[in-house]
Amino acid sequence: MQEDEKKPRKVLLIACGALAREILAIREQKGLENLHVTCLPAKLHNRPALIPARVRAKIRAAKSCYDKIFVLYGDCGTGGMLDVVLREEGVERIGGPHCYAFFAGQERFERMMESDPTRFFLTDYLARHFRTLIYEGYGLDRHPHLRDLLFGNYRGVVYLAQTESEELVRAAERAAEMLELPLEVMRTDYGELAPFLERIA
Amino acid sequence: MTEDKDKNQDEDIDLKALSDQELVEQMWDDLYDGLQEPILEGTNILLERKWLPYDVLTKALIEGMRIVGIDFRDGILFVPEVLMSAGAMKAGMAILKPLLAETGAPSLGKIVIGTVKGDIHDIGKNLVSMMLEGAGFEIIDLGVNVSVETYLEALEKHQPDILGMSALLTTTMPYMKVVIDTLKEKNLRDDYIVLVGGAPLNEEFGKAVGADSYCRDAAVAVETAKDFMKRKHNIKAGAGKASAS
Ligand code: B12
Repeated sequence: MQEDEKKPRKVLLIACGALAREILAIREQKGLENLHVTCLPAKLHNRPALIPARVRAKIRAAKSCYDKIFVLYGDCGTGGMLDVVLREEGVERIGGPHCYAFFAGQERFERMMESDPTRFFLTDYLARHFRTLIYEGYGLDRHPHLRDLLFGNYRGVVYLAQTESEELVRAAERAAEMLELPLEVMRTDYGELAPFLERIA
Repeated sequence: MTEDKDKNQDEDIDLKALSDQELVEQMWDDLYDGLQEPILEGTNILLERKWLPYDVLTKALIEGMRIVGIDFRDGILFVPEVLMSAGAMKAGMAILKPLLAETGAPSLGKIVIGTVKGDIHDIGKNLVSMMLEGAGFEIIDLGVNVSVETYLEALEKHQPDILGMSALLTTTMPYMKVVIDTLKEKNLRDDYIVLVGGAPLNEEFGKAVGADSYCRDAAVAVETAKDFMKRKHNIKAGAGKASAS
């Protein structure tokens, strides 16, 4: 295991594209130079059934070039199928069902959902891209009446803020306004993501 | 047909001039495009041509939605398109519903359905409900974030044939087992057919939690529900004396 103590091991992180910015920021902050990153398109979110095979292909393509590979995906709605693939490939991922949970902290997120499951979560990524991903992506620009079909069950928006940014808080405010829902801002920093990257690098 | 469809973008097609088959196919296209007006018109034309309301529903609308379902699964359509299509179908159904009731078609069965506790995704559940209703089932929709207590109360109150549960989150799927285990504890499990669905589920999961069936989409849900009802009646008929009240 410790055959080569002097040379830092080469680690590859296969990640969801929605997390690229955060990973690079943490890598820079913590000086994790040996951590290489490759991303799959963030839009796979909307078709989670495709994620396990895409991740497997990335793992197989990279296996011979790295000492260790890790995956930065939640279960992400694959219904346990991503974990089946990772078990087969012998690769570990960050714990938890999705990025909202590992930014907020698993336990805290669970408690939040238990006390009130009617809130929609924003991250830095979603706040930044809300207009394209949610507002236009779900057709609210073209068909405003879809708002009630999509968000009729929601009573609030919670912005889980990874960084301190006035600009993103304003973006979150605009998002909540578009959804006609009240906004709560919750500073989470990088949550469980930072310790995960430090551990694997 | 595809040429006709392209033409339709610019100029109105006279739906009345189309043959039955052409009109039905045009309605599939209109449903696909989420257009309510031509669906309303097409529905009325088929009725004027003495089509049975049930045939209009199944051959034009439900079949059209089945096609939408396939393209959603293949990633060609996304959520807003599905919602627009569902809206168009709903409009057509609003014309057909009173007629279906008039023709006194007996209900195929009663279904209590809801999205499980902790989960408020409901697009899939609503679509399934609409298609099942169209196929002739009576639907009692408990909405979203439904607790085991609420399911039990509704089962007791409505005495349905089928219990349907939906979940879209990995974290809420296991709640289906909580509900089914509670039914077992209370010796009620065999009184109902339990169908489960939602994108992250699969056949194996359905079996593991003790459901009768997992349904991949709304079209499969309709077929499965019909199938189980047929079997249920056969069993009843075969048993001779039914013990149920
Ligand atoms: C649309 C959507 C939303 C909409 C929901 C609007 C609404 N009113 O439901 C919005 C944008 C509001 C939303 C919110 C959230 N979502 Co969402 N959502 C989706 C998405 C993209 C599609 C789901 C959908 O509606 N599909 C369309 C319908 C027609 O398909 P369906 O639901 O699968 O249903 C069909 C079948 O499954 C079956 N079926 C379904 N139910 C039943 C029931 C029975 C009885 C039967 C027989 C059959 C059956 O028949 C249906 C029709 O064919 C999925 C990803 C995906 N592609 O699945 C993510 C997804 C489910 N969401 C996800 C998440 C994380 C969330 C949020 C937490 C995100 C956030 N930022 O806060 C919140 C949820 C908060 C909460 N409190 O619950 C994750 C779940 C990850 C996980 N580990 O579980 C997914 C997988 C996306 C992702 N990869 O990140 N979401």
